[in-house]
Amino acid sequence: MNLLKVVGPVMVGPSSSHTLGALRIARFVYKLIGGIPNEVTFILHESFSKTHRGHGTDRALLAGILGLKQDDPNIKNAYDIAKSKELKYSFIVEDLGDVHPNTVRIKVFKDGIPHEIEGSSIGGGDIKITFIDSVSCELSWDYDTLVIVNKDAPSALKSILDVIKVNVANLYLRRINLLQEKAITIIELDEPIENIEEIKKSPYVYECYFIRRDT
Amino acid sequence: MYLWKDVMEMSKSLPLHEVILNLEMFDTGEAPQVLRKKLSEMLEVILEEAKNQYGKTQKTLTGFTGDNAFKLKNYKAKFLSEFNYIATVTALSIAESNASMGRIVACPTAGSSGVIPGVFYALYEIFSPSFEELLNSFIVAGGIGKVIADKATISGAAGGCQAEIGTAAAMGAGALTYYFSKDSEKVGNAAALVLKSVMGLVCDPVGGFVEVPCVKRNGNLVNIAISSAEMALSGIKSLIPFDEVVNAMRRVGSQLPQSLRETGEGGVANTPTAKTLIANLNFLI
Ligand code: SF4
Repeated sequence: MNLLKVVGPVMVGPSSSHTLGALRIARFVYKLIGGIPNEVTFILHESFSKTHRGHGTDRALLAGILGLKQDDPNIKNAYDIAKSKELKYSFIVEDLGDVHPNTVRIKVFKDGIPHEIEGSSIGGGDIKITFIDSVSCELSWDYDTLVIVNKDAPSALKSILDVIKVNVANLYLRRINLLQEKAITIIELDEPIENIEEIKKSPYVYECYFIRRDT
Repeated sequence: MYLWKDVMEMSKSLPLHEVILNLEMFDTGEAPQVLRKKLSEMLEVILEEAKNQYGKTQKTLTGFTGDNAFKLKNYKAKFLSEFNYIATVTALSIAESNASMGRIVACPTAGSSGVIPGVFYALYEIFSPSFEELLNSFIVAGGIGKVIADKATISGAAGGCQAEIGTAAAMGAGALTYYFSKDSEKVGNAAALVLKSVMGLVCDPVGGFVEVPCVKRNGNLVNIAISSAEMALSGIKSLIPFDEVVNAMRRVGSQLPQSLRETGEGGVANTPTAKTLIANLNFLI
């Protein structure tokens, strides 16, 4: 185990899997949509929900969607901050199926655009993002991550990958709408990327989200 | 991954804290001076929080704890030395701060995050060391924790509380011993003495929440860290070497039934009082 994991990380308590991991999943969503949403619903898997208030999971999730970092002393005041930012939020409990016990599905609306992300807190503050807008994936957020809505057309992927000059660690792809010819491509990058703007300019790219790794 | 045996061998020609940083470079590619910098930032947070939270009351998430550090701070110790006293107040303070969503360094975990601050804040207050000296001991604490994490586990859910608070105390004992001896063999003895004393300690948080018995265990285990360091410094050895004790601890951890590994179903979590507390739980928002 990495020494920095043995004597770290710096976080707010009380539990790395219930607080830190939960916050990181929600913060991933915050980064993905580029800011605080107008509305958010946290759907907690049954076992995650059982103890969520005693572990501060609710505040951690809210803090994450508000963009707070994992060691921000204001995490405990997440309800007040949500109020002052006029964020509409709700928590519901559902059986999310055959998933990791500590799983949450986050539905957000930002400027009218909906997104739905699912993630699990798998221990020690590590997370796994398992689902982004209908695409199943397994993102650890140990990498910078690109989420691209692109034209579902021959050579679309090739043209996007041609622009990406750095090494690709993992790639997930799925057609989302045959009629509108849309697909989602999720790419984990090995190294920092400089030319996001160039990707956005590609005629094949409709939307492009860049989620930088938290350091 | 390394054994303490190898670390001791290498520390014949290089200070122990440097050996640990160098070994980490082989593992992760991180340059020793970069890692040293990152660790110094963590130690700064530890000292800063210890100072700020010292003896304060806290509003913890369940309300089961929160005023223990305060009580001890406003009481004149009869038996503990000043060093032990400061360490105990600090350990309780940080553990209660953790239960109140305060900022902590998970060292090695959030539930056991009071022990290392206890050791280091007491060192800082009583012996006025330079920051670099403290940092060297902090690195050694990390090395001890890493041996346990790699060969056994530092997760209560996997190996019981011996793996969490036991590891924290072994790290603390190693750090204290290194501070005064710079002797890697004594450091290993101190860590082994701790683990042998808490072998089999179960993880039994009431309701699954990191408060009871976690907070007070931090307060008590910091004293086991101190007495173990004191014994090791005096020349007392652990007959069973640290590496073998860690192996034993791993085996014991995996023999613990599920109910004694963070499920909140066994130990003190399974008592009439605990059940009543949980039934009457009224969460603070
Ligand atoms: S009892 Fe369990 S939850 Fe509490 S500190 Fe020990 S290992 Fe962590």
